[in-house]
Amino acid sequence: MADLNDLYQEVILDHNRRPRNFHALAGATHSAEGFNPLCGDRLTLYVQIDGDRISDVAFEGSGCAISKASASLMTEAVKGKTLAGARALFEQFHQMVTAAPEQDVEDLGKLCALAGVRQFPVRVKCASLAWHTLKAALSRETKASTE
Amino acid sequence: MTTVLRTGLDVEKVRADFPILSRSVRGRPLVYLDNAATTQKPVSVVEALARYYTDLNANVHRGVHELSELATDAYERARERVRSFLNAAEAREIVFTRNATEGINLVANAFARPRLKPGDEVLISAMEHHSNIVPWQLACGATGARLVVAPITDDGELDLAAFERLIGHRTRLVAVTHMSNALGTITPAREIVRIAHEKGVPVLLDGSQAAYHMRVDVRALDADFYVVTGHKLYGPTGIGALYGRASLLEAMDPFLGGGDMIASVTFERSTWNELPYKFEAGTPHIAGAVGLHAALDYIESIGFERIEEHERALLEYGTALLNGIPGVRIIGTARQKGSILSFVIDGVHPHDIGTIVDREGIAVRTGHHCAQPVMERFGVPATARASLAMYNTAGELDALGHALERVRAMFA
Repeated sequence: MADLNDLYQEVILDHNRRPRNFHALAGATHSAEGFNPLCGDRLTLYVQIDGDRISDVAFEGSGCAISKASASLMTEAVKGKTLAGARALFEQFHQMVTAAPEQDVEDLGKLCALAGVRQFPVRVKCASLAWHTLKAALSRETKASTE
Repeated sequence: MTTVLRTGLDVEKVRADFPILSRSVRGRPLVYLDNAATTQKPVSVVEALARYYTDLNANVHRGVHELSELATDAYERARERVRSFLNAAEAREIVFTRNATEGINLVANAFARPRLKPGDEVLISAMEHHSNIVPWQLACGATGARLVVAPITDDGELDLAAFERLIGHRTRLVAVTHMSNALGTITPAREIVRIAHEKGVPVLLDGSQAAYHMRVDVRALDADFYVVTGHKLYGPTGIGALYGRASLLEAMDPFLGGGDMIASVTFERSTWNELPYKFEAGTPHIAGAVGLHAALDYIESIGFERIEEHERALLEYGTALLNGIPGVRIIGTARQKGSILSFVIDGVHPHDIGTIVDREGIAVRTGHHCAQPVMERFGVPATARASLAMYNTAGELDALGHALERVRAMFA
């Protein structure tokens, strides 16, 4: 049986308590709002792009521990990445949180803290919200939804 | 140690009537505290549904054959059962619907829309479920009428003085809940109707939550419309009922068109069947009505006096228990309350509460409870909600308390 500690790992609890890059970004060139209608999670993502590189990224909003920690971890992971690199990471992350629990997943560094979400299907949307919002921001849509 | 409440209701005997309550979830005994979403079904309801299909199944109001007569008889006896349950004057004032939502939509479409003019008003309250907001928004949008919202207090009570002030000469209809699904508040329905009627305004009461917690008497309330849903009355899903005052139903055109609701049809024009069939187009949920009949019989066999006493004791116990856990705040503290405990915990999102208590086999609802304006009113994105029914026990609330301690430990 899936263990709660697989979901609420120390890294996640820490990022929930002290989310990184949790503020508005004055110099943002791109932004989008993410909304999960099921649980009311809401976040605004700010991205600053220089050339083809994400030079800065930050977020604001409210949500459950999983969505907040995921957003926080994402900002750390994509800062400094190229747009292509960020998109590739989105795909890898998506595979990780939707893979069958017994399947091996790629080593995505700290993002692996969210691999436990696979065992809690109703929480996958919480973990993916920030990433969908990033995708929307990069493609200049203004709203993302997990629905 | 398990707490036992001494009330007039033999809860262990009641629990034995509900097969699902003896199953386990996630390796633990099921603790079902999501009754405001839907209640569990006693074995008599399950058997009535099965018996309908094994012994009686035929279409109603159509055949001359024996089975059709038997099915029609069972369906109409179910209607009579709903009439007596709500104490309506006549069975023809009971329209079977899919659920309470459909009942409200019926009134919004067949009563409100044709009567609303630009500048007219429909008055609701700030504690309504989406199902008692959106149908009125649609009706107002189509007619140029305005939706007016009566405020609620910090305790989650209707601000009755403001409500009275908001009924103006343009108000055409009042639609309010009899009991809030998100807060547990029981509204002063009789007083609401009296105030509205003084100004000649008809009233729809949403009884989705109230009807399984307390005796509803539509004549004592003097309600013009009253909606209920079967699946919260310990009955099947897909069946509900609308009570409508006969004179109002008579004056209304049909909601849906089709078979059974007509007197005659030609390609030029059709004429409508008599009440209540005018509002029941197509083959109805006959088995559902039969199941609802069994459910109402079950409720009456226990008796509202005992149900109310038991649920009041549970609510008091649960309120004290939650108030005793540091960081827990109950949302909805009305003086008149049904057995619903909506709450938040400092620093923990309700969604995380739901996942963690679920691991202990405890079913609570987390989210906005289809009442987003209520969440906004109290400045929370969502709440966790334990909603209690006649078969719940103080021991189950203890289990919730332990699980919430675990939540606090994890997020401390």
